[in-house]
Amino acid sequence: MRAPEQGTMRREGATEIDLLAADWLQRQQFWAWSEADQTALDTWLAESRAHRVAYWRQKAVWMNAQRLVALRPSNMPSGREANAKSTSLLSRLMTHPFRVAAAFAIVALAGGASAYFLSPLPDRVYATALGGHETVTFADGTRVELNTNTVLRAQMTNNRRVVWLDRGEAFFQVKHDPARPFTVIADGHRITDLGTKFDVRRDAGGLEVALLEGKVRLGSANNAAPSRQAMLAPGDVATVSGGAMSIQAEPIQSLTEELSWRRGVLVFKYRTLADVAAEFNRYNGKKIVIADAEADKLMIFGTFRTQDVDLFTRVTQKALGLTVRDEGNQILISR
Amino acid sequence: MGEIPESGRDDADLRFLGAGMTAPDLEAWFVREILPLEASLMQFLRHNWRDRSDIEDLRQEIYVRVCEAAEKERPKAARSFVFAIARNLLIDLVRKEQIVPIEAVTDLELLGIELDAPSPDRSAIAKDELRRLQNALDQLPPRHRQAVVLGRIEGLTGREIAARMGIAESTASDHLKLGMHALTDLYLRETADIRRRT
Repeated sequence: MRAPEQGTMRREGATEIDLLAADWLQRQQFWAWSEADQTALDTWLAESRAHRVAYWRQKAVWMNAQRLVALRPSNMPSGREANAKSTSLLSRLMTHPFRVAAAFAIVALAGGASAYFLSPLPDRVYATALGGHETVTFADGTRVELNTNTVLRAQMTNNRRVVWLDRGEAFFQVKHDPARPFTVIADGHRITDLGTKFDVRRDAGGLEVALLEGKVRLGSANNAAPSRQAMLAPGDVATVSGGAMSIQAEPIQSLTEELSWRRGVLVFKYRTLADVAAEFNRYNGKKIVIADAEADKLMIFGTFRTQDVDLFTRVTQKALGLTVRDEGNQILISR
Repeated sequence: MGEIPESGRDDADLRFLGAGMTAPDLEAWFVREILPLEASLMQFLRHNWRDRSDIEDLRQEIYVRVCEAAEKERPKAARSFVFAIARNLLIDLVRKEQIVPIEAVTDLELLGIELDAPSPDRSAIAKDELRRLQNALDQLPPRHRQAVVLGRIEGLTGREIAARMGIAESTASDHLKLGMHALTDLYLRETADIRRRT
Protein backbone atom coordinates (compact mmCIF):
# COMPACT_ATOMS: atom_id res chain seq x y z
CA MET A 1 0.00 0.00 0.00
CA ARG A 2 2.59 2.48 1.05
CA ALA A 3 5.20 3.85 -1.22
CA PRO A 4 8.46 2.02 -0.79
CA GLU A 5 11.38 3.84 0.71
CA GLN A 6 13.40 4.17 -2.44
CA GLY A 7 12.27 5.70 -5.63
CA THR A 8 11.17 9.04 -6.78
CA MET A 9 8.07 11.06 -6.62
CA ARG A 10 4.39 10.58 -7.30
CA ARG A 11 3.66 7.56 -5.19
CA GLU A 12 2.24 9.52 -2.32
CA GLY A 13 2.01 13.19 -3.21
CA ALA A 14 4.04 15.61 -1.14
CA THR A 15 0.98 17.65 -0.20
CA GLU A 16 -0.81 14.53 0.91
CA ILE A 17 2.12 13.57 3.12
CA ASP A 18 2.38 17.10 4.51
CA LEU A 19 -1.29 17.01 5.46
CA LEU A 20 -0.86 13.64 7.12
CA ALA A 21 2.10 15.00 9.06
CA ALA A 22 0.09 18.03 10.16
CA ASP A 23 -2.70 15.72 11.22
CA TRP A 24 -0.37 13.55 13.31
CA LEU A 25 1.03 16.62 14.95
CA GLN A 26 -2.31 18.20 15.82
CA ARG A 27 -3.62 14.90 17.16
CA GLN A 28 -0.55 14.58 19.32
CA GLN A 29 -0.76 18.15 20.56
CA PHE A 30 -4.46 18.67 21.11
CA TRP A 31 -6.26 15.42 21.66
CA ALA A 32 -6.07 12.35 23.86
CA TRP A 33 -2.82 10.59 22.99
CA SER A 34 -2.21 6.99 24.01
CA GLU A 35 0.73 4.60 23.82
CA ALA A 36 -0.97 3.01 20.85
CA ASP A 37 -1.18 6.38 19.11
CA GLN A 38 2.52 6.96 19.69
CA THR A 39 3.32 3.53 18.28
CA ALA A 40 1.22 4.25 15.23
CA LEU A 41 3.04 7.54 14.71
CA ASP A 42 6.44 5.88 15.15
CA THR A 43 5.46 3.29 12.59
CA TRP A 44 4.36 5.93 10.14
CA LEU A 45 7.60 7.83 10.62
CA ALA A 46 9.65 4.67 10.15
CA GLU A 47 7.92 4.00 6.85
CA SER A 48 9.81 6.56 4.83
CA ARG A 49 12.15 9.51 4.85
CA ALA A 50 9.44 11.51 3.18
CA HIS A 51 7.21 10.98 6.20
CA ARG A 52 9.97 11.91 8.62
CA VAL A 53 10.97 15.00 6.73
CA ALA A 54 7.36 16.15 6.43
CA TYR A 55 6.77 15.62 10.13
CA TRP A 56 9.98 17.44 11.13
CA ARG A 57 9.02 20.29 8.92
CA GLN A 58 5.54 20.78 10.39
CA LYS A 59 6.87 20.32 13.89
CA ALA A 60 9.67 22.82 13.43
CA VAL A 61 7.35 25.62 12.41
CA TRP A 62 4.83 24.74 15.09
CA MET A 63 7.52 24.80 17.76
CA ASN A 64 8.87 28.03 16.41
CA ALA A 65 5.42 29.56 16.62
CA GLN A 66 5.40 28.69 20.29
CA ARG A 67 8.49 30.77 20.87
CA LEU A 68 6.64 33.93 20.00
CA VAL A 69 3.31 33.35 21.53
CA ALA A 70 4.48 30.86 24.03
CA LEU A 71 1.76 29.97 26.38
CA ARG A 72 1.78 26.35 27.31
CA PRO A 73 -1.46 24.45 27.18
CA SER A 74 -2.92 25.21 30.51
CA ASN A 75 -5.91 25.67 32.62
CA MET A 76 -5.52 29.02 34.13
CA PRO A 77 -4.98 29.05 37.87
CA SER A 78 -8.40 28.60 39.25
CA GLY A 79 -8.77 27.21 42.72
CA ARG A 80 -5.55 25.29 43.09
CA GLU A 81 -2.90 27.90 42.47
CA ALA A 82 -4.85 30.69 44.06
CA ASN A 83 -5.21 28.69 47.23
CA ALA A 84 -1.58 27.72 47.25
CA LYS A 85 -0.71 31.38 47.12
CA SER A 86 -3.16 32.53 49.72
CA THR A 87 -0.77 32.35 52.65
CA SER A 88 1.83 34.45 50.99
CA LEU A 89 -0.84 36.77 49.68
CA LEU A 90 -2.08 37.35 53.18
CA SER A 91 1.37 37.92 54.58
CA ARG A 92 2.24 40.19 51.70
CA LEU A 93 -0.92 42.14 52.30
CA MET A 94 0.05 42.66 55.88
CA THR A 95 3.53 43.87 55.11
CA HIS A 96 2.54 45.73 51.99
CA PRO A 97 2.24 49.46 52.55
CA PHE A 98 -1.48 49.43 52.21
CA ARG A 99 -2.99 52.14 54.33
CA VAL A 100 -6.02 50.22 55.25
CA ALA A 101 -7.48 51.86 58.30
CA ALA A 102 -8.17 49.54 61.14
CA ALA A 103 -11.79 50.62 61.02
CA PHE A 104 -12.22 48.73 57.77
CA ALA A 105 -12.62 45.09 57.51
CA ILE A 106 -9.94 43.55 55.45
CA VAL A 107 -11.20 40.83 53.27
CA ALA A 108 -8.37 38.74 52.07
CA LEU A 109 -9.47 36.93 49.04
CA ALA A 110 -8.43 33.36 48.67
CA GLY A 111 -9.66 31.89 45.46
CA GLY A 112 -12.75 34.00 45.73
CA ALA A 113 -14.29 31.40 47.98
CA SER A 114 -13.46 32.19 51.54
CA ALA A 115 -13.21 35.55 53.18
CA TYR A 116 -11.66 36.53 56.47
CA PHE A 117 -13.48 39.21 58.30
CA LEU A 118 -11.20 40.95 60.70
CA SER A 119 -13.75 43.50 61.74
CA PRO A 120 -17.47 43.68 61.05
CA LEU A 121 -17.97 47.21 59.78
CA PRO A 122 -20.13 48.45 56.92
CA ASP A 123 -17.41 49.18 54.39
CA ARG A 124 -15.52 46.18 53.24
CA VAL A 125 -12.13 46.43 51.70
CA TYR A 126 -10.98 44.04 49.09
CA ALA A 127 -7.38 44.14 48.02
CA THR A 128 -4.96 42.28 45.84
CA ALA A 129 -1.21 42.39 46.03
CA LEU A 130 1.09 42.92 43.07
CA GLY A 131 0.40 40.14 40.62
CA GLY A 132 -2.80 39.17 42.40
CA HIS A 133 -6.09 38.36 40.75
CA GLU A 134 -9.19 37.61 42.75
CA THR A 135 -12.92 37.37 42.28
CA VAL A 136 -15.55 38.56 44.74
CA THR A 137 -19.15 37.52 44.47
CA PHE A 138 -21.59 39.69 46.37
CA ALA A 139 -24.80 38.44 47.90
CA ASP A 140 -26.81 39.92 45.04
CA GLY A 141 -24.89 37.80 42.53
CA THR A 142 -22.76 40.66 41.27
CA ARG A 143 -19.24 39.54 40.51
CA VAL A 144 -16.18 41.72 40.68
CA GLU A 145 -12.77 40.60 39.52
CA LEU A 146 -9.82 42.46 40.92
CA ASN A 147 -6.68 42.73 38.86
CA THR A 148 -3.18 43.23 40.21
CA ASN A 149 -2.43 45.78 42.90
CA THR A 150 -6.01 46.83 43.43
CA VAL A 151 -7.94 48.21 46.38
CA LEU A 152 -11.70 48.31 46.31
CA ARG A 153 -14.22 49.24 48.98
CA ALA A 154 -17.82 48.18 48.91
CA GLN A 155 -20.90 49.38 50.72
CA MET A 156 -24.00 47.31 50.21
CA THR A 157 -27.19 48.51 51.79
CA ASN A 158 -30.84 47.80 51.20
CA ASN A 159 -31.26 50.66 48.82
CA ARG A 160 -27.92 51.14 47.19
CA ARG A 161 -24.73 49.44 46.18
CA VAL A 162 -21.60 51.55 46.02
CA VAL A 163 -18.08 50.49 45.26
CA TRP A 164 -15.01 52.71 45.43
CA LEU A 165 -12.08 51.74 43.28
CA ASP A 166 -9.25 53.27 45.26
CA ARG A 167 -6.63 51.96 42.96
CA GLY A 168 -5.98 49.40 40.26
CA GLU A 169 -8.42 47.72 37.97
CA ALA A 170 -11.60 45.71 38.30
CA PHE A 171 -14.06 44.04 36.02
CA PHE A 172 -17.72 44.19 37.00
CA GLN A 173 -20.55 41.88 36.09
CA VAL A 174 -23.50 43.51 37.72
CA LYS A 175 -26.84 41.99 38.50
CA HIS A 176 -29.11 44.82 37.62
CA ASP A 177 -31.63 45.90 40.20
CA PRO A 178 -33.54 49.15 39.60
CA ALA A 179 -34.37 49.37 43.29
CA ARG A 180 -30.69 49.25 44.26
CA PRO A 181 -28.55 51.03 41.72
CA PHE A 182 -24.97 49.90 41.45
CA THR A 183 -22.38 52.65 41.36
CA VAL A 184 -18.62 52.62 41.03
CA ILE A 185 -16.75 55.67 42.18
CA ALA A 186 -13.22 56.09 40.88
CA ASP A 187 -10.90 59.01 40.49
CA GLY A 188 -13.60 61.58 41.04
CA HIS A 189 -16.03 59.94 38.65
CA ARG A 190 -19.18 58.00 39.07
CA ILE A 191 -20.09 55.07 36.90
CA THR A 192 -23.70 54.04 37.22
CA ASP A 193 -24.65 50.64 36.02
CA LEU A 194 -27.74 50.06 34.03
CA GLY A 195 -27.29 46.28 33.78
CA THR A 196 -23.94 45.38 32.43
CA LYS A 197 -20.35 44.14 32.22
CA PHE A 198 -17.61 46.71 32.36
CA ASP A 199 -14.01 47.31 33.34
CA VAL A 200 -12.66 50.21 35.34
CA ARG A 201 -8.97 50.91 35.51
CA ARG A 202 -7.17 53.74 37.22
CA ASP A 203 -3.52 54.52 37.12
CA ALA A 204 -1.24 57.52 37.09
CA GLY A 205 -2.51 58.41 33.63
CA GLY A 206 -6.14 58.71 34.72
CA LEU A 207 -9.28 56.65 34.53
CA GLU A 208 -10.44 54.24 31.88
CA VAL A 209 -13.87 52.69 31.63
CA ALA A 210 -14.52 50.01 29.05
CA LEU A 211 -17.99 48.67 28.45
CA LEU A 212 -18.39 45.12 27.25
CA GLU A 213 -22.14 44.68 27.53
CA GLY A 214 -25.18 46.67 28.56
CA LYS A 215 -25.18 50.34 29.42
CA VAL A 216 -23.47 52.58 31.94
CA ARG A 217 -23.53 56.27 32.67
CA LEU A 218 -20.29 58.02 33.42
CA GLY A 219 -20.10 61.41 35.09
CA SER A 220 -18.49 63.37 37.83
CA ALA A 221 -18.85 62.03 41.34
CA ASN A 222 -19.28 65.53 42.65
CA ASN A 223 -22.99 66.14 42.90
CA ALA A 224 -22.50 69.83 43.46
CA ALA A 225 -20.82 70.22 40.08
CA PRO A 226 -22.90 68.28 37.60
CA SER A 227 -20.47 68.08 34.76
CA ARG A 228 -20.80 66.38 31.44
CA GLN A 229 -22.27 62.96 31.52
CA ALA A 230 -21.74 60.27 28.99
CA MET A 231 -23.77 57.20 28.24
CA LEU A 232 -21.54 54.35 27.13
CA ALA A 233 -22.54 51.67 24.67
CA PRO A 234 -20.89 48.26 24.32
CA GLY A 235 -17.40 48.59 22.88
CA ASP A 236 -16.97 52.13 24.16
CA VAL A 237 -13.80 52.96 26.00
CA ALA A 238 -13.94 56.21 27.95
CA THR A 239 -10.72 57.79 29.06
CA VAL A 240 -10.63 60.53 31.63
CA SER A 241 -7.40 62.36 32.11
CA GLY A 242 -6.89 65.69 33.82
CA GLY A 243 -10.60 66.50 33.61
CA ALA A 244 -10.89 65.77 29.90
CA MET A 245 -13.04 62.88 28.81
CA SER A 246 -12.82 61.12 25.51
CA ILE A 247 -14.77 58.17 24.23
CA GLN A 248 -13.61 55.80 21.61
CA ALA A 249 -15.49 52.86 20.13
CA GLU A 250 -13.45 49.67 19.91
CA PRO A 251 -14.37 46.33 18.43
CA ILE A 252 -15.62 44.07 21.22
CA GLN A 253 -12.93 41.60 20.21
CA SER A 254 -10.14 43.98 21.13
CA LEU A 255 -11.84 44.74 24.44
CA THR A 256 -11.86 41.05 25.19
CA GLU A 257 -8.14 41.04 24.59
CA GLU A 258 -7.64 43.98 26.89
CA LEU A 259 -9.54 42.06 29.49
CA SER A 260 -7.39 38.98 29.06
CA TRP A 261 -5.97 39.63 32.53
CA ARG A 262 -9.15 37.97 33.75
CA ARG A 263 -7.76 34.74 32.38
CA GLY A 264 -4.34 35.46 33.88
CA VAL A 265 -2.78 36.36 30.59
CA LEU A 266 -1.69 39.47 28.77
CA VAL A 267 -2.46 39.59 25.08
CA PHE A 268 -0.44 41.95 22.96
CA LYS A 269 -1.12 42.64 19.33
CA TYR A 270 1.52 44.81 17.82
CA ARG A 271 2.17 46.76 20.97
CA THR A 272 5.44 48.57 21.50
CA LEU A 273 8.00 47.07 23.81
CA ALA A 274 7.55 50.13 26.04
CA ASP A 275 3.81 49.43 26.41
CA VAL A 276 4.38 45.79 27.07
CA ALA A 277 7.00 46.48 29.72
CA ALA A 278 4.70 48.99 31.44
CA GLU A 279 1.94 46.39 31.42
CA PHE A 280 4.16 43.72 32.96
CA ASN A 281 5.32 46.18 35.57
CA ARG A 282 1.77 46.46 36.84
CA TYR A 283 1.95 42.82 37.86
CA ASN A 284 5.45 42.26 39.08
CA GLY A 285 7.70 43.68 41.74
CA LYS A 286 10.84 43.33 39.71
CA LYS A 287 10.44 46.07 37.14
CA ILE A 288 11.45 45.91 33.52
CA VAL A 289 13.45 48.94 32.45
CA ILE A 290 14.11 49.58 28.80
CA ALA A 291 17.32 51.50 28.51
CA ASP A 292 17.12 52.26 24.84
CA ALA A 293 14.77 54.63 23.04
CA GLU A 294 14.99 52.64 19.82
CA ALA A 295 14.25 49.32 21.48
CA ASP A 296 11.19 50.98 23.02
CA LYS A 297 9.53 51.06 19.64
CA LEU A 298 9.91 47.41 18.72
CA MET A 299 6.60 45.66 18.27
CA ILE A 300 5.40 42.68 20.25
CA PHE A 301 2.77 40.17 19.31
CA GLY A 302 2.02 37.46 21.76
CA THR A 303 0.34 36.17 24.83
CA PHE A 304 2.01 35.83 28.18
CA ARG A 305 0.99 34.87 31.61
CA THR A 306 0.88 38.00 33.68
CA GLN A 307 3.67 36.83 35.92
CA ASP A 308 5.86 35.14 33.38
CA VAL A 309 8.40 37.93 33.07
CA ASP A 310 10.92 35.24 32.42
CA LEU A 311 9.25 34.17 29.23
CA PHE A 312 8.93 37.77 28.15
CA THR A 313 12.62 38.43 28.62
CA ARG A 314 13.50 35.24 26.78
CA VAL A 315 11.39 36.36 23.86
CA THR A 316 12.95 39.80 23.78
CA GLN A 317 16.33 38.16 23.91
CA LYS A 318 15.74 35.51 21.30
CA ALA A 319 13.15 37.00 19.01
CA LEU A 320 14.15 40.64 19.16
CA GLY A 321 17.83 40.06 19.76
CA LEU A 322 18.01 42.45 22.68
CA THR A 323 20.31 42.21 25.64
CA VAL A 324 18.63 41.38 28.91
CA ARG A 325 20.39 41.95 32.20
CA ASP A 326 18.90 40.84 35.46
CA GLU A 327 20.13 43.31 38.03
CA GLY A 328 18.38 41.75 40.99
CA ASN A 329 15.89 44.48 41.71
CA GLN A 330 15.16 45.25 38.07
CA ILE A 331 15.59 43.84 34.60
CA LEU A 332 17.44 46.01 32.17
CA ILE A 333 16.74 45.59 28.47
CA SER A 334 18.97 47.20 25.90
CA ARG A 335 20.36 46.63 22.46
CA MET B 1 31.40 -4.03 27.44
CA GLY B 2 34.71 -4.43 25.73
CA GLU B 3 35.89 -2.21 22.97
CA ILE B 4 34.40 -2.99 19.64
CA PRO B 5 37.03 -2.75 16.99
CA GLU B 6 36.11 -0.29 14.28
CA SER B 7 36.38 -3.01 11.65
CA GLY B 8 33.81 -5.04 13.49
CA ARG B 9 31.02 -2.69 12.60
CA ASP B 10 28.93 -3.26 9.59
CA ASP B 11 27.75 -0.68 7.18
CA ALA B 12 24.39 -0.20 8.76
CA ASP B 13 26.04 0.86 11.99
CA LEU B 14 28.44 3.17 10.30
CA ARG B 15 25.62 5.11 8.79
CA PHE B 16 24.75 6.41 12.18
CA LEU B 17 28.24 6.81 13.48
CA GLY B 18 31.34 8.18 11.85
CA ALA B 19 30.68 11.31 9.88
CA GLY B 20 26.98 10.72 9.55
CA MET B 21 24.25 11.65 11.97
CA THR B 22 21.86 9.93 14.32
CA ALA B 23 18.17 10.52 13.86
CA PRO B 24 17.72 13.31 16.45
CA ASP B 25 20.85 15.03 15.17
CA LEU B 26 19.61 14.74 11.65
CA GLU B 27 16.31 16.31 12.56
CA ALA B 28 18.01 19.18 14.36
CA TRP B 29 20.38 19.73 11.47
CA PHE B 30 17.56 19.59 8.94
CA VAL B 31 15.52 22.14 10.86
CA ARG B 32 18.48 24.45 11.44
CA GLU B 33 20.28 24.30 8.11
CA ILE B 34 17.82 23.16 5.47
CA LEU B 35 14.38 24.50 6.32
CA PRO B 36 15.50 28.15 6.25
CA LEU B 37 16.44 27.62 2.61
CA GLU B 38 12.91 26.71 1.60
CA ALA B 39 11.95 30.14 0.27
CA SER B 40 15.02 30.18 -2.01
CA LEU B 41 14.52 26.59 -3.01
CA MET B 42 10.91 27.17 -4.01
CA GLN B 43 11.99 30.21 -5.99
CA PHE B 44 14.58 28.10 -7.75
CA LEU B 45 12.08 25.35 -8.55
CA ARG B 46 9.49 27.75 -9.86
CA HIS B 47 12.04 29.34 -12.15
CA ASN B 48 13.24 26.05 -13.47
CA TRP B 49 10.23 23.82 -13.71
CA ARG B 50 7.25 24.53 -15.91
CA ASP B 51 4.67 22.34 -14.28
CA ARG B 52 3.69 24.04 -11.06
CA SER B 53 1.81 20.98 -9.89
CA ASP B 54 5.11 19.11 -9.56
CA ILE B 55 6.80 21.66 -7.37
CA GLU B 56 5.76 20.34 -3.97
CA ASP B 57 6.80 16.83 -4.94
CA LEU B 58 10.13 18.10 -6.21
CA ARG B 59 10.73 20.00 -3.02
CA GLN B 60 9.99 16.96 -0.93
CA GLU B 61 12.14 14.67 -3.03
CA ILE B 62 15.02 17.10 -2.60
CA TYR B 63 14.57 17.02 1.17
CA VAL B 64 14.50 13.25 1.14
CA ARG B 65 17.70 13.09 -0.90
CA VAL B 66 19.38 15.68 1.27
CA CYS B 67 18.60 13.68 4.40
CA GLU B 68 19.59 10.43 2.83
CA ALA B 69 22.97 11.87 1.99
CA ALA B 70 23.35 13.53 5.36
CA GLU B 71 22.77 10.23 7.13
CA LYS B 72 26.02 9.07 5.59
CA GLU B 73 28.00 12.23 5.75
CA ARG B 74 27.03 15.61 6.94
CA PRO B 75 27.63 18.16 4.19
CA LYS B 76 29.80 21.09 5.10
CA ALA B 77 27.95 23.77 3.20
CA ALA B 78 24.24 23.13 3.44
CA ARG B 79 23.22 25.76 0.96
CA SER B 80 25.32 24.69 -1.99
CA PHE B 81 24.59 21.08 -1.12
CA VAL B 82 20.82 21.60 -1.34
CA PHE B 83 21.02 23.44 -4.62
CA ALA B 84 23.38 20.88 -6.13
CA ILE B 85 20.88 18.17 -5.29
CA ALA B 86 18.04 20.26 -6.66
CA ARG B 87 19.87 20.84 -9.90
CA ASN B 88 20.79 17.17 -10.27
CA LEU B 89 17.24 16.11 -9.62
CA LEU B 90 15.91 18.37 -12.34
CA ILE B 91 18.51 17.16 -14.80
CA ASP B 92 17.75 13.53 -13.94
CA LEU B 93 14.07 14.08 -14.50
CA VAL B 94 14.59 15.76 -17.82
CA ARG B 95 16.70 12.83 -18.98
CA LYS B 96 14.62 10.03 -17.53
CA GLU B 97 11.22 11.25 -18.47
CA GLN B 98 12.37 12.68 -21.76
CA ILE B 99 10.63 15.87 -21.00
CA VAL B 100 11.23 18.65 -23.44
CA PRO B 101 14.20 20.43 -21.95
CA ILE B 102 13.29 22.92 -19.35
CA GLU B 103 14.75 26.29 -20.14
CA ALA B 104 18.10 25.00 -19.03
CA VAL B 105 18.70 24.73 -15.38
CA THR B 106 19.50 28.32 -14.80
CA ASP B 107 22.62 29.38 -13.10
CA LEU B 108 21.87 30.01 -9.50
CA GLU B 109 23.69 33.30 -9.64
CA LEU B 110 21.15 34.60 -12.12
CA LEU B 111 18.43 34.10 -9.59
CA GLY B 112 20.24 36.18 -7.09
CA ILE B 113 20.80 33.19 -4.90
CA GLU B 114 24.27 33.45 -3.55
CA LEU B 115 25.68 30.18 -2.48
CA ASP B 116 28.10 31.65 -0.03
CA ALA B 117 26.05 34.53 1.20
CA PRO B 118 27.25 35.64 4.59
CA SER B 119 24.67 34.77 7.16
CA PRO B 120 22.95 37.81 8.58
CA ASP B 121 23.45 38.46 12.25
CA ARG B 122 21.34 36.52 14.64
CA SER B 123 19.21 39.30 15.97
CA ALA B 124 18.27 40.37 12.47
CA ILE B 125 17.21 36.82 11.69
CA ALA B 126 15.20 36.61 14.86
CA LYS B 127 13.36 39.84 14.15
CA ASP B 128 12.68 38.76 10.64
CA GLU B 129 11.31 35.45 11.85
CA LEU B 130 8.94 37.21 14.18
CA ARG B 131 7.62 39.34 11.33
CA ARG B 132 7.26 36.34 9.05
CA LEU B 133 5.42 34.37 11.65
CA GLN B 134 2.96 37.18 12.20
CA ASN B 135 2.41 37.54 8.48
CA ALA B 136 1.87 33.83 8.04
CA LEU B 137 -0.68 33.77 10.85
CA ASP B 138 -2.50 36.76 9.42
CA GLN B 139 -2.85 35.06 6.05
CA LEU B 140 -4.64 31.97 7.31
CA PRO B 141 -8.35 31.64 6.52
CA PRO B 142 -10.31 33.02 9.50
CA ARG B 143 -11.56 29.71 10.92
CA HIS B 144 -8.19 28.01 10.62
CA ARG B 145 -6.52 31.02 12.07
CA GLN B 146 -8.88 31.07 15.02
CA ALA B 147 -8.23 27.41 15.76
CA VAL B 148 -4.47 27.95 15.56
CA VAL B 149 -4.61 31.03 17.78
CA LEU B 150 -6.73 29.27 20.39
CA GLY B 151 -4.48 26.23 20.33
CA ARG B 152 -1.07 27.72 19.96
CA ILE B 153 -1.45 31.12 21.59
CA GLU B 154 -4.11 30.58 24.18
CA GLY B 155 -3.11 27.03 24.94
CA LEU B 156 -6.55 25.46 24.74
CA THR B 157 -7.00 21.73 24.17
CA GLY B 158 -8.74 20.40 21.09
CA ARG B 159 -11.95 19.85 23.01
CA GLU B 160 -11.89 23.39 24.40
CA ILE B 161 -11.25 24.80 20.95
CA ALA B 162 -14.27 22.94 19.61
CA ALA B 163 -16.41 24.24 22.47
CA ARG B 164 -15.14 27.79 22.09
CA MET B 165 -15.75 27.84 18.36
CA GLY B 166 -19.06 26.03 18.70
CA ILE B 167 -18.07 23.30 16.26
CA ALA B 168 -17.74 19.53 16.29
CA GLU B 169 -14.47 18.10 17.56
CA SER B 170 -13.77 16.52 14.21
CA THR B 171 -14.17 19.93 12.58
CA ALA B 172 -11.84 21.53 15.12
CA SER B 173 -9.34 18.79 14.38
CA ASP B 174 -9.61 19.55 10.66
CA HIS B 175 -9.17 23.28 11.22
CA LEU B 176 -6.05 22.61 13.27
CA LYS B 177 -4.62 20.29 10.65
CA LEU B 178 -5.24 22.67 7.77
CA GLY B 179 -4.16 25.68 9.80
CA MET B 180 -0.88 24.03 10.76
CA HIS B 181 -0.23 22.92 7.22
CA ALA B 182 -0.84 26.38 5.78
CA LEU B 183 1.12 28.10 8.53
CA THR B 184 4.13 25.91 7.75
CA ASP B 185 4.06 26.69 4.04
CA LEU B 186 3.41 30.39 4.52
CA TYR B 187 6.07 30.79 7.15
CA LEU B 188 8.81 28.92 5.37
CA ARG B 189 8.09 30.57 2.04
CA GLU B 190 7.68 34.11 3.06
CA THR B 191 10.71 35.81 1.61
CA ALA B 192 13.29 36.44 4.20
CA ASP B 193 13.98 40.12 3.74
CA ILE B 194 17.24 40.27 5.51
CA ARG B 195 18.79 37.63 3.36
CA ARG B 196 18.09 39.67 0.30
CA ARG B 197 19.42 42.80 1.83
CA THR B 198 22.59 41.27 3.09
